[in-house]
Amino acid sequence: MSETAAHTTSRTAAGVAPPRVAVALGIVALALLILPLLGLTLRAPWTRAGELVTDPVVRQALQLSIMSSLAALAISVVLGVPLALVFARFDFPGKPFVRALAILPMVMPPVVGGVGLLAAFGRRGLVGRPLEGLTGITIPFTPAAVVISATFVAMPFLIVTVESGLRMVDRRLEDAAATLGADRWTILRRVVLPSLWPSLAAGMALCWARALGEFGATITFAGNMPGRTQTMPLAVYLELERNPEAAYLLSFALLAVSVAVLVALRERFLTAT
Amino acid sequence: MTSGRPAHGRRRPVGPAGDGVTPLRSRVRAWLLPLAVVALTAAGCGAQGDGAASGRVSGELVVFAAASLNDAFDALGDAFGDEYPDVEVVANFAGSQTLASQIAQGAPADVFAAANTTQMDVVAAAGGLSAAPEVFTTNRLEIAVEPGNPLGIDGLADLTDPGVQLVLPAEEVPAGSYARQALEAAGVTVTPSSLERDVRAALAKVELGEADAAVVYASDLVVADGRAEGVPIPPRYNVAAAYPIAVLADAPNPATAAAFVDFVLGDQGREILAAHGFSAP
Repeated sequence: MSETAAHTTSRTAAGVAPPRVAVALGIVALALLILPLLGLTLRAPWTRAGELVTDPVVRQALQLSIMSSLAALAISVVLGVPLALVFARFDFPGKPFVRALAILPMVMPPVVGGVGLLAAFGRRGLVGRPLEGLTGITIPFTPAAVVISATFVAMPFLIVTVESGLRMVDRRLEDAAATLGADRWTILRRVVLPSLWPSLAAGMALCWARALGEFGATITFAGNMPGRTQTMPLAVYLELERNPEAAYLLSFALLAVSVAVLVALRERFLTAT
Repeated sequence: MTSGRPAHGRRRPVGPAGDGVTPLRSRVRAWLLPLAVVALTAAGCGAQGDGAASGRVSGELVVFAAASLNDAFDALGDAFGDEYPDVEVVANFAGSQTLASQIAQGAPADVFAAANTTQMDVVAAAGGLSAAPEVFTTNRLEIAVEPGNPLGIDGLADLTDPGVQLVLPAEEVPAGSYARQALEAAGVTVTPSSLERDVRAALAKVELGEADAAVVYASDLVVADGRAEGVPIPPRYNVAAAYPIAVLADAPNPATAAAFVDFVLGDQGREILAAHGFSAP
């Protein structure tokens, strides 16, 4: 027995099996991740689903969430893809620092983002004060503030995904196109973008999901007003105090959207190869 | 890797020693799952006061108090701690409706101090109180405006001006429901820009300059300390907000909780509350 022990290290399809301790800890991790989803599914009052969907507060929140997250996605594509191109194709002094600043919202607490947005675009803010002085426009408490909050936290997800996609585009094709006389626009349109499509799609899905779930920056910068700035996550938070059953059902609806995003991204995340 | 040390130098050799290793591993395994379960449970339970079992006034006391009580209860906690040095007061401030829902979800609290009877009744109805609540203080509403009152807001009627950016506490927040009572009594219909999750969040929007006005408590403007000023609301429209306090049925530290409630209701408690802009019950 002792002679063979060294040779019984079991192999799985993926390679050498991990120690059993790791397997046990992994199961605990899985339970921690899955139990809340299970709880949500079991506690949601399915029989009331119909009446909640027609509830004006829920409908308004859903509508606002969808519109504002799609607007944030559109802005992120229009502004984020060019920034990803700059990061992937240019070298300039201090680039690592600038790049770190640009993706900081991915790792910072969203509430901090909300406070920062107030400091920039609030009525006393860097941009907000001159904006109000010149045009009379104020941003906080408006649907625009909801879109700005969502864009702020979600655009970095698009930028990093697209940037890493750009790094994988075959540079020789671009060089060949340039040799053949194509200008920068043509190369971007005909060579880069077609091979970038999978990363762009993945980046858009991540960006949209993050925008849809935005809470902290929104409640801080945009406030909470049904029909105007109250998105689904805000409605969930406030409904929990008034009508917990509705909060469970709304949470499940948001969860379903997240699942849909993961399924759409299955090529990237579910197969892990 | 120039040291010549083997890459897996710290590994226990396998092979001949294998038999000796296996029992150790299975012992580790046997401990691991319960350990994880204990860790998870402990994270949910939090610490218990030393005074819990003994009935002594000591240990950790967890107080759930309305957002408007923030500064007053910080001072009360300090004064109580001076009297009972073995006690550590830990306070959780939020909208009373948030606290009531946290208590309903099993949050380990000893004392609940709410800004209205509605939210105390929510906890009472669920059997969450160990004794009937007592009103320990009252408050009234004021309009918070920016320092110097640049828009010249004189009363509730001025809040209808579309040029006034108004925020209110949400309707579930006690201050929000009082504000609606006052506005209704004055026959005023407003269109607020935001419904905030507690009264201090509404005040903060005025202090930050994002809102021109908010309906808050008179006591909130005592702590605003010049960052906002108060416009009184006449008594005929104003409300007398009654704050009830009670020991919770599941209090981990009931003896200390009862002592704290007595302290708040006593002379010293009343004095501290008065210093923070609250009125006698």
